Amino acid sequence: MSVDQDSTSQVFFASIDSVINWGRRSALWPETFGIACCAIEMIAAGCSRYDLDRFGVVFRPSPRQSDVMIIAGTVTKKFARVVELLYHQMPEPRWVIAMGSCAITGGVYNTYSVVQGSELLVPVDVNVPGCPPRPDALMQGFLLLQEKIKHSKSTDHIKSRNHETTPDNNVSD
Amino acid sequence: MSDSALLSTLKAAYADYIVTGADTNDGFPCLEIQHDNIATFCAELKQDSTLQFDFLSDICGVDYYPQAPRFEVVYHIYSIPFKYRLRLKCKLAEGESIPTVTSVWNTANWHEREAFDMYGIVFSGHPDLRRIYLWDGFEGYPQRKDFPLRGYRDEYNPFGEEPPATATDQGKNDDEGWSR
Repeated sequence: MSVDQDSTSQVFFASIDSVINWGRRSALWPETFGIACCAIEMIAAGCSRYDLDRFGVVFRPSPRQSDVMIIAGTVTKKFARVVELLYHQMPEPRWVIAMGSCAITGGVYNTYSVVQGSELLVPVDVNVPGCPPRPDALMQGFLLLQEKIKHSKSTDHIKSRNHETTPDNNVSD
Repeated sequence: MSDSALLSTLKAAYADYIVTGADTNDGFPCLEIQHDNIATFCAELKQDSTLQFDFLSDICGVDYYPQAPRFEVVYHIYSIPFKYRLRLKCKLAEGESIPTVTSVWNTANWHEREAFDMYGIVFSGHPDLRRIYLWDGFEGYPQRKDFPLRGYRDEYNPFGEEPPATATDQGKNDDEGWSR
């Protein structure tokens, strides 16, 4: 009987997960937020020729309404805390796409004023290389992110959040 | 008035301020000025009815490390009525300050803040001398020759400064990098 219960719950949660993840990956709303020249390609990707809307990717004017932050450009140390703030203003679950060489590693700007990779600021899910990446590349980045969400558990962000704040929770379980 | 005529007029009229024997020979009228006198000299250039240097194009700093005196402040000024251009240079040793020219041209305010931000050159009498590009907590003056290009190690730069140049780097020219 217990075996039956377990298998039922697994089936139940698996199907719930797939429905939730389908919803999440089909309406990825990024922040309208660009830092440097990559933002121009990001804008192009959102406009009619490339049309990100058909993937359910609709730019939102507020981080409170967003799921994805596209770090599109060079992150300077002066601007780093703004990027961090915008990330923390997004409701969970949230994802980050680092767009372009500068956002991924600092790019050619190996200097005193530039953050050497946005991974040092926020957890990055997808890196889109290029200088700047073409809109097609950003679109593939979104497809990869959708694939990642598809294969994740719908409660992953809660686990990672608990782990971040109180590491002892896992031990008591 | 041609450039050479402008220079000889200035040298005759303002001999007290001008450091002699320091002309540059790059086809641009240029004068070296004692740094203590720069504000009074600029005010006179602006008020002189035959010159009327009423427009300040730029102020920039130069670091000649390890030479002494180490710093130089360069002013580019322009006379809109007479279409004269003039470059003024002031040598400055480390720790010395130079009078501000904000009382002559208001636009000098931000230019001097930039030179202060990048080189740490202090403009005495400036109304609001603080950093303009970099944030308040920034340590050091990044355009100085002894400031590491990649900055110091911090949370956003885990790699730290660039390694010191080795003996093999010194003798290498740019072409060798391509053939390797």
